[in-house]
Amino acid sequence: MAARSASGNEPAYSDDPVRWFALAAVLWGVVGMLVGVVIASQLAWPELNFGIPWLSYGRLRPLHTNAVIFAFGGCALFATSYHVVQRTCQTRLFAPWLANFTFWGWQLVIVLAAVTLPLGFTQGKEYAELEWPIDLLIAVVWVAYAVVFFGTVGIRKVRHIYVANWFFGAFILAVAMLHIVNSAVMPVSLTKSYSAYAGVQDAMVQWWYGHNAVGFFLTAGFLGMMYYYIPKQAERPVYSYRLSIVHFWALIFTYMWAGPHHLHYTALPDWAQSVGMVFSLVLLAPSWGGMINGVMTLSGAWHKLRDDPILKFLIVSLSFYGMSTFEGPMMSIKTVNALSHYTDWTVGHVHSGALGWVGLVSMGCLYHLIPRMYGRTEMFSKRAIELHFWIATIGIVLYIAAMWIAGVMQGLMWRAVNADGTLVYSFVESVKASYPFYVVRLLGGLLYLTGMLVMAWNVVMTVRSGQPRPVAIPPLRAAHA
Amino acid sequence: MPCACRGDALDILYLLIPFSALLVLAILAVFAWAVRGGQFDDLEREGERILEVPFDVGQPTPDAAPEQS
Repeated sequence: MAARSASGNEPAYSDDPVRWFALAAVLWGVVGMLVGVVIASQLAWPELNFGIPWLSYGRLRPLHTNAVIFAFGGCALFATSYHVVQRTCQTRLFAPWLANFTFWGWQLVIVLAAVTLPLGFTQGKEYAELEWPIDLLIAVVWVAYAVVFFGTVGIRKVRHIYVANWFFGAFILAVAMLHIVNSAVMPVSLTKSYSAYAGVQDAMVQWWYGHNAVGFFLTAGFLGMMYYYIPKQAERPVYSYRLSIVHFWALIFTYMWAGPHHLHYTALPDWAQSVGMVFSLVLLAPSWGGMINGVMTLSGAWHKLRDDPILKFLIVSLSFYGMSTFEGPMMSIKTVNALSHYTDWTVGHVHSGALGWVGLVSMGCLYHLIPRMYGRTEMFSKRAIELHFWIATIGIVLYIAAMWIAGVMQGLMWRAVNADGTLVYSFVESVKASYPFYVVRLLGGLLYLTGMLVMAWNVVMTVRSGQPRPVAIPPLRAAHA
Repeated sequence: MPCACRGDALDILYLLIPFSALLVLAILAVFAWAVRGGQFDDLEREGERILEVPFDVGQPTPDAAPEQS
């Protein structure tokens, strides 16, 4: 599969894995969001569990989170990182066959997750539910991914390593480390294992993993996308390249220490909780620096935002990034956390990050990338992108507003006490009071899924009307400073 | 209250904290390598480079190749 350009003489980029991962991201996006809509309906109307164990909320919920994070988000990260690293290093992938292996390996992981989670095989760790044989497969695929990515950086023709590659590189290394430490288990059978850690130790490792999974999988990787595709789509260099470098180093130095904020008021020592809280607050600075840097890239060219729906996706995603990276540190303050934790406010916060930041930025980047992978400059329908943008944005607003109200209400109801010290409300009364907000959340999720279906149609039409032509690597002359 | 398990209440931190500290040192080493290697010598220029090279953006592939055979 030695890729050559159309002329047959020039070496071409290895875009096959980019194409496959980009299309897989769209497919898994539809599937993962559909499962999300199903479980949102189950929360409003529990009859929809139908009494069938493998359709019950408890099993479908990890299926939803794994599908949207690792299948949709993961495939989008693979596609864009393989694309960006080749373009910015002006070289083809190191070991393209290994990149093809990461594609099929990752799809196998996804299919195995889709089979085992509904069957009830789980390690019981949030965002790390998959049992040990699948964990081993993930580790193998991830090492191959690291070899391809860093190998490509190693054979780069441009001396400077573009900032997006730093973010992608940190994401790949950190996820490898987190996955290996948190997935340490003692297997007792092919489908059952016990964690290497016990009690609060296990909780600490889990949330060291959990928070950094958010920080490196769902943030650093997508910031890598942001720093390449926003300048490309806006046709302007990033507002301050210097700030982007500061953003990178500040972010990776501080992220690792914020995990304990998931364990406020638990058996974790108080001082460890406070350390987690302080580092979470510090994180606000690099996060907002990056957000402002991305948005200000359009400084002096704001009109582009009016005409270009892809830029709308990218810039609004950054607004949600700014919102959720303000909300997160605030929720990590122990007194705020006393109200917010275990309520739907947390669910709202996660989804403002997931739907607003990760989802929209991925969609915007895929809208930029997919036509270019099929010899086109634009998607089949620009109006469909515009439609998708508005449906998705309204869906997100409905979703997070409903969860904010429900969450604060639940927190206030749970802590309300009578003069004699008894609770004012029973737990089930707070569930009953949440019902209307669960219906609004379902509506928001349905809109977001509808937008994804519009995208899937647009992608199918784009692929059908385009051709996967090899792209020549431009002559190096342009690369010398 | 005396507890038999008090000594190992949160042993995991003896692993996680040195591990994180080592990680910070490793990050510092990479940072030093990048600074010394001249990665950050001409930053504003580097931000523009991705726009200067035609890459594959805006052009269907055959046009990017010099000649059709």
